[in-house]
Amino acid sequence: MSAIDFRGCDLLGIEDLTAEEIQYILDAVPPFKEISEREIKKVPTLRGKTVINLFFEPSTRTRTSFEIAGKRLSADVINISVATSSVSKGETLRDTAENLQAMQADVLVVRHSAAGVPHLLARYLPSPVINAGDGAHEHPTQALLDLYTLQEKLGTLAGHTVLIVGDIAASRVARSNMLAMRKLGMQVCVCGPRTMLPVGIEQMGVECTSDFDAAIQGADAVMMLRIQRERHGEVLFPSLPEYSERYCLTAERLRRAKSGVLVMHPGPMNRGVEIAPEVADGLESVILTQVTNGVAVRMALLYLLLGGS
Amino acid sequence: MDILIRGGRVIDPAQGLDRSMDVWIADGKITALGPDLQVLPHYTADTLRILEVQGCVVTPGLLDMHVHLREPGFEHKETIATGLAAAAAGGFTAVAAMANTKPVNDTPAVTEWVLRRAAMVHGTRLFPVGAVSIGLEGKELAEIGGMHKAGIVALSDDGRPVMDPRLMRRAMEYGGMLELPILSHCEDHELTAQGVMHEGVVSTALGLVGVPAVAENVMVYRDIQLAALTGARLHIQHVSTAEAVDLVRRAKAQGLSVTAEACPHHFTLTHEAVRGYDTHTKVNPPLRTAEDVEAIIRGLQDGTIDVIASDHAPHHASEKDQDYTAAPAGMIGLETSVGLALRLYHEGYLALPDVIAKYTVNPARILGVPHGTLRVGSQADVTIIDPEHSHEVEATTLRSRSKNSPFLGWRLRGAAVATIVGGDVIFERL
Repeated sequence: MSAIDFRGCDLLGIEDLTAEEIQYILDAVPPFKEISEREIKKVPTLRGKTVINLFFEPSTRTRTSFEIAGKRLSADVINISVATSSVSKGETLRDTAENLQAMQADVLVVRHSAAGVPHLLARYLPSPVINAGDGAHEHPTQALLDLYTLQEKLGTLAGHTVLIVGDIAASRVARSNMLAMRKLGMQVCVCGPRTMLPVGIEQMGVECTSDFDAAIQGADAVMMLRIQRERHGEVLFPSLPEYSERYCLTAERLRRAKSGVLVMHPGPMNRGVEIAPEVADGLESVILTQVTNGVAVRMALLYLLLGGS
Repeated sequence: MDILIRGGRVIDPAQGLDRSMDVWIADGKITALGPDLQVLPHYTADTLRILEVQGCVVTPGLLDMHVHLREPGFEHKETIATGLAAAAAGGFTAVAAMANTKPVNDTPAVTEWVLRRAAMVHGTRLFPVGAVSIGLEGKELAEIGGMHKAGIVALSDDGRPVMDPRLMRRAMEYGGMLELPILSHCEDHELTAQGVMHEGVVSTALGLVGVPAVAENVMVYRDIQLAALTGARLHIQHVSTAEAVDLVRRAKAQGLSVTAEACPHHFTLTHEAVRGYDTHTKVNPPLRTAEDVEAIIRGLQDGTIDVIASDHAPHHASEKDQDYTAAPAGMIGLETSVGLALRLYHEGYLALPDVIAKYTVNPARILGVPHGTLRVGSQADVTIIDPEHSHEVEATTLRSRSKNSPFLGWRLRGAAVATIVGGDVIFERL
């Protein structure tokens, strides 16, 4: 096996990773998951390292997940939430990042509402940059935790089919997952109203449909997405009830799927809009497993980028 | 002092000229044109400068009919002086400067001020373009008659579309009365919305909001219809889509007075260049697909596209050093235009006289300015081009105050080696 070494690398997107590299990361996760199951959930692996969470966009799950991941590895984790108001003080992205760099951060975890910001910062910063979500572009750690969850539940990835439903156009989760799943030999179908399926998506190697009831029948896992009204400057469907009628994962719809189908959601959920409460809480749901695995996957990543091989 | 340009290949499409001959310049005019012009013995080094230009092409002074010089108002990006210096270095003896300054060139006072500033430079000539509407707001007609008197050569709200079709109609009627062409930035901004690059597989992969090709096409169609209605002279700026090329082709076939320009970046780069989020690739209209590039090249070949213009749009480094969505659109182009256009010659798409026509006689006719020919008696605006001059595009050697070019680091073959305005050599690297 060729030597894969992530030390000092950026993680800007799934796009930059090979199938082997993705599998290497997934294979590194189990020992870190085990740490989180101990009574004392802390190891000294990254003692003396500084992780900075630089979030230009609100986040609970991802920021907390990175924070816990860092702390369980004994790194010092600093959270910086940059509200839009302080951006208007005039400091540029580059200056913000270089100031943090000057304080000797070992890794910068960045989230921003604009696509490409982690790439911009990575050009200036010698230390690793992890993309924690950039606009509608990528959210690579979410895709990795989703793949890990699928692998854990399905045993294998290749050959299985995932149906991603909802606001595909605005979703960085969909993009990263599409790329990652295709690289690992999975079939991907994206589904949503035509107004939420971006131009050219079928050229990314995925199937594309607006018929949820038909598409759900072949899926081994169904990933529901929230409508990201904050990203669209316009209304892409007539009304929420009409949207839900067609694209809400209800118990009735779920009965059309194969038995053993997995229900996923990257959160935050809008119960009753894209997912019925009883489905979100049902037996098929692995939504909270995704969250649990998110910590382990991020621990593994911080370890691979900062310390180990 | 007289100038004798000796031994070059003279290409003047206005006269259908393409052969080896000499050009004599005296008192700011072209005074003789012919093979082996004799130098009478009374001339000395103080009264005659001889430029030996074997291997070079001698053409009428090039005209870039679409530039943004940013002054007044945005002097941190460019000034009239630095912009005209960049123009001279790019081989241009004249440019048409768009009106989207601050204040906007929508009154005779601004037109006169711009012309005065340009006159102080003693370099490349500046033809001011006046705004269609007050403040480029697309609501009321600007002082078109007054600006015409002050010296504008065309009307344009460039940078913004004229969204209101009725206002556009009136501008065409009123401008047509004064024989001012309308230079139209065709973009339906409702369809553009928040778009920052071409809408397609690349915008989807990058998670950037796309600008569909139809945002341009519908406005090209609308303006052609309005030109047919009003009889106005319509010039479509920076054509970027295959369909727009086709619409212009059909309008010309119908005998309408419609012309079009293409920018070097639109026949050189595709939307693939945006991968990596280099904000130097952000431009409006955006870089499109390979099929669009091919269609533009075909349009240049068959004469559908009359003009090559740079849409030189300087932006300060700090403005471009932002995320892709926040960065302003536009790239500089005056100093790379000829080198990029000559790629079409070197790759066999266009003959040299066809390239030269798109920089000389064609834009001069569209703007109705006494420019673009080496006819004896005309003003001595001459560009000498070495089509083989190999050079790397480097930020340090660009004269423009801004360096926002996606072509930095490119090696280009062909460049202007001397630029002469009114008989004065204003730039040379002979």
